[in-house]
Amino acid sequence: MSDGEQPLDESGQVEPPPVAGPQSTLGRIVGIGSSLRQALVVPALAVLTALIVGAVIIAVTDLDTLPLWGTDPGEAFRLTMSGIGKAYKALFVGSVGSRRAISETLFAATPLILAGLAVAVGFQAGLFNIGVNGQMHIGGMAALWVGFSLTLPAFIHIPLAIAAAIMAGAIWAGIAGFLKARTGAHEVITTIMLNFVALFLVDYLLKTSVFQATGRNDPISEKVNATAQFPTLPTFDRLNIGFFFSLLAVAFVWWLMYRSTIGFEFRAVGFNPHGGRYAGMNVAWVYVGVMAVSGALAGIAGANPILGLEPYRGTSGFAGTIGFDAIALALLGRSHPIGVLFAGILFGALRAGGREMQGAAGVPLDLVLVLQAFIIVMIAAPRLVRAIYRIKTPDQDVSTTISTGWGG
Amino acid sequence: MSLVWSLSEDLLELALTGITKQFPGVLANDDVNLTVSEGEIVALLGENGAGKTTLMNILYGLYRPTSGTVSIDGKPVEFHSPGDAINAGIGMVHQHFMLVPVFTVAENVILGDEPTKRIGILDRARARKTVTEISRRYSLDVDPDATIEDLPVGIQQRVEIIKVLEREARFLVFDEPTSVLTPAEVEGFFEIVSSLKADGKGIVFISHKLGEALEIADRIVIMRRGKTVAEVLPSQVDEAGLAELMVGRPVDLTVDKTEADPKDVVLAVEHLMVLDDRNRRVVDGVSFEVRSGEIVGIAGVQGNGQTEVVEALTGLRTPLGGTVLLNGKDMTLATPREMHKANVAHVPEDRQKSGLVLPFTVAENIVLNSYYEKPLSRGVRMDWDAAHDQAVRLVDEYDVRTPGVDVLVSNLSGGNQQKVIVAREFDRDVALVIASQPTRGIDVGSIEYIHSRIVEERDLGAAVLIVSSELDEIMALSDRILVMYEGKIAGEFDGSASSTEIGLAMLGSADEVEAS
Repeated sequence: MSDGEQPLDESGQVEPPPVAGPQSTLGRIVGIGSSLRQALVVPALAVLTALIVGAVIIAVTDLDTLPLWGTDPGEAFRLTMSGIGKAYKALFVGSVGSRRAISETLFAATPLILAGLAVAVGFQAGLFNIGVNGQMHIGGMAALWVGFSLTLPAFIHIPLAIAAAIMAGAIWAGIAGFLKARTGAHEVITTIMLNFVALFLVDYLLKTSVFQATGRNDPISEKVNATAQFPTLPTFDRLNIGFFFSLLAVAFVWWLMYRSTIGFEFRAVGFNPHGGRYAGMNVAWVYVGVMAVSGALAGIAGANPILGLEPYRGTSGFAGTIGFDAIALALLGRSHPIGVLFAGILFGALRAGGREMQGAAGVPLDLVLVLQAFIIVMIAAPRLVRAIYRIKTPDQDVSTTISTGWGG
Repeated sequence: MSLVWSLSEDLLELALTGITKQFPGVLANDDVNLTVSEGEIVALLGENGAGKTTLMNILYGLYRPTSGTVSIDGKPVEFHSPGDAINAGIGMVHQHFMLVPVFTVAENVILGDEPTKRIGILDRARARKTVTEISRRYSLDVDPDATIEDLPVGIQQRVEIIKVLEREARFLVFDEPTSVLTPAEVEGFFEIVSSLKADGKGIVFISHKLGEALEIADRIVIMRRGKTVAEVLPSQVDEAGLAELMVGRPVDLTVDKTEADPKDVVLAVEHLMVLDDRNRRVVDGVSFEVRSGEIVGIAGVQGNGQTEVVEALTGLRTPLGGTVLLNGKDMTLATPREMHKANVAHVPEDRQKSGLVLPFTVAENIVLNSYYEKPLSRGVRMDWDAAHDQAVRLVDEYDVRTPGVDVLVSNLSGGNQQKVIVAREFDRDVALVIASQPTRGIDVGSIEYIHSRIVEERDLGAAVLIVSSELDEIMALSDRILVMYEGKIAGEFDGSASSTEIGLAMLGSADEVEAS
């Protein structure tokens, strides 16, 4: 990103610059200045496009209706539209249609938000943490151990379990940061490898006498003591205090990245490591620090399925693929904590609603994954979205690497 | 100035007529006219932000003009991509070469336009033959089998020229072609350009070096604030006249300063040895002193160890041996942060790569190396209000032309970006200034300003070390001049030495010059 960063040196000295107009300090620092509309337009259209593609998929996979197109297209159209309508209505009702639906949405969103923050912190500092999945598993195991092996009052037990998850996740991710700082090993490679190590380590640990439930031969752990289980919120079914931890994490990450010297270093090094080094920042330390913060957030995310979900036990691969969905989510949220919060809730809604869609409309839950994947493709290729919706691209954006470096 | 060259339409020429390019909020080109005929060299002069880049990007098919036409031989053409421009006979030699370092010359030349035998087999023999032919025709002296990364910059530039010629360009555009060359290479380059001209090529030479434009061009076109403000013949003007046309007011090309009054030694470097990234000893036993109240300039052709000296002095590169004393204190192994705390101001040689974080605002860049100090932060808590206030004060004090401190620094012109760095570095009780290429690629007005600020720091009692590959700049600023050649100090001169003497030292010694 070094060379392409001079969109237009032509702005002249007296005239206003072409791209960003004056913004409030707050707006700029928070990252949501006058460009808020622009920042939202691509994600919003990506979601819309994904829903349209999903509708097409529902239509062409409706085997009962397909033959009808030849004989009675009008009826086929009516049936197809009603099928799509039914599916999306179920998706809507299942995600926000009732108090129960909303609680399910927020419940599903909780680990997604935390894991998304983990990826976003990395992105902001120029690091690609693919290892959130492994860090979640390691963090979850630490929380699990504190959860079942100790008996303490809940107000100490829960924070202690989470602290253990934070430590474990931070250390696990810190390994990749340390390797990068010391040897230059690329974090993408090391975090991917550490994912495998983490997954198999979990399987191994779950079969050792330390973790394994007594009388069981399969990899399943003891149950977390009641004092370490996340209390659910009254009248909100499964929604528990984990959601508030995720909100706290959003606020903390926002403060850290935009209001602290640490975040300033993270972002400076993320944009330009050379510049950071010249300005006296310890780039190696920043890499370790970023990974540790990212891993800590992943650790809390990993504690959720252990401390906040029946049966409160560790099983093989208990954190699922949340760590990978989180990459998509961070992209959708533009790596901004508030963006990640909303992206997490959206993905949570898709999950909660997807179950309803499967039950009520018979559309497989996997369609939700297809929708998610489409959203990501669109986000990753903003030009595609712009092309589909014929949004005029500002000239500055097309400045290619070839055009930079002119003396003029 | 009047139009001094009129061309009839049937002449073979490239013409940009009435080109206007409107960006949101900025008129980058405003009714610009430029013609170049076959066998003619036109110099395009202008400060940063004058609109040269936009104009050339339009010519090369990267931008579409808001209005106006590009025509070749009187016929209007429309370029939608660089490919269209190349097919129409336009060739560009960029400032930063677009070569694959591990490929050979021949491979680079055919890249993107590979000659093939049957069933798509690469015709290497033909590629080599093409290179040899072009090389001989223009006496370029390039070996088709040499690997790019082994070649000096001057030869790499010739490879770029061959690339353009291989695609049968009729009109060649050179972007700041001499900025990367040694004085000897510049001479060679001018010979090549002359032979291209003799062969009937039309040449556009983009530059900010007034002397070179006067020497090589048949015609000089000057742009200012998006407009072509003048078109002159070299015989009609001198450098001061050109500078005035570029800037729009009389420009003082000399630096106003009084006699130096050196006091205590601030920086003492003894027998410094430094390795570069490829573990070559590029600084080999360098010793010198810089006193409070004097400006010491290090001259030399780029790549003779100056960069590494600066990196070692500022804590960015660990020396292999030797000592660095700052006010008597051993700072040989100090980190950049420690040097900053010791009140060393550092203006790095590449402002975009090292001096700034381009996606940050002006304010964020102004606190980039002092954010950890009070009042900008307490503990780990940043005080953005304090940072904002400091930025507003410095932008005003250092004449940074920006609509506000919350504008991204990437939107500023090169000169104003440099002023942001100077403001950040000089806004403290500076003991030592280390400035590397302090005015590279910036406009005349900013150069004047930064030079005067450097002299001011000297007069306030700072020791100043300037490193520049522009001999004129070194001579204008320095009270004492050191010349580096192949990692050693090859000569020391006082500020009044002649450029010939220094120029010889830059090439090693007088004997070696004769031998080469």
